[in-house]
Amino acid sequence: MWLWFSKLGSPRWFYELSSKWLPWLYAAMIVLMGIGLVWALLFVPEDYQQGQTIRIMYVHVPVASISLACFPLMAVAGTITLVWKMKLADMVAKSVAPIGAWFTGLALASGAIWGDQIWGTWWAWDARLTSLLIQFFLFIGVIALRSAIESPDNAAKACAVLAIVGAINVPIIKYSVEWWNTLHQPASNFSMDPVAPNPPEVWVPLVIMISAVYVFFVIALILRTRNEILQRERRAQWVIDLVAREQRV
Amino acid sequence: MEIQFSSLSEFLTMGGSYTFHIWSVYLLFAVFISYNLLQPRLARRQFIREQKRRATRDAELAAKDAGRTQS
Repeated sequence: MWLWFSKLGSPRWFYELSSKWLPWLYAAMIVLMGIGLVWALLFVPEDYQQGQTIRIMYVHVPVASISLACFPLMAVAGTITLVWKMKLADMVAKSVAPIGAWFTGLALASGAIWGDQIWGTWWAWDARLTSLLIQFFLFIGVIALRSAIESPDNAAKACAVLAIVGAINVPIIKYSVEWWNTLHQPASNFSMDPVAPNPPEVWVPLVIMISAVYVFFVIALILRTRNEILQRERRAQWVIDLVAREQRV
Repeated sequence: MEIQFSSLSEFLTMGGSYTFHIWSVYLLFAVFISYNLLQPRLARRQFIREQKRRATRDAELAAKDAGRTQS
């Protein structure tokens, strides 16, 4: 366990291992997203209230729910950076911030477009929307903080602290629809019953899309982390060799 | 399970009422996916190019230095 842990902390080991994972992850993403998109766009029946706009859900819900996973991940990576000073953890923390900002931004944008149809307004200062907007600004804040501090070690520590403190917002976003009376609907319950309001033909494609977007998130995170590894280890012999081997540039 | 649209044009207009809303969300999703997959690839290529240039420059400098010490 500890051997594994210290190995995982080695950027080079992660770089080489992730090279083997990437083709499988790409394949899984293409298959899942292909099935999910065709199903969501062509086969899902119209919602009795929302009509065809139910199809927006298959983008909005996966993106929004994974945007909530980004911040805790950044906080965990920040904790590991502070406690064990693991280099790889800070590289992950740095890489996840822009991805988290993208996820949160798309969740807000797709939610606004959906809201324009079902609520009649693009935006409302409702608890769910406002707390998600705060998360967007927190991601921007983490990115700005890192670029504002020149010493990489100090930047890593400051960002780790901000990530840990900012993570308090995540349960607020998650439970905002239950704690407050919001315009945003609470999460629906999945049911196996074919005549329930949420029959499997509605939620199975949603689960497929969530998995597809999760795999996409992992790929995007690995790609950025690998670049960060190369950048920071550029004076190491293995990176010099890797650059020399690279043919087509 | 069956296809919910009776024609291609019905699919493309998403039934007519909310064509713009639905397709703009899927367009944003496509932009989001492609940017986050392509940007790291371009950044990596940029990095390799820079490091190659640096390596050539270092080699040239080393060769020049060697020439100077010999003469």
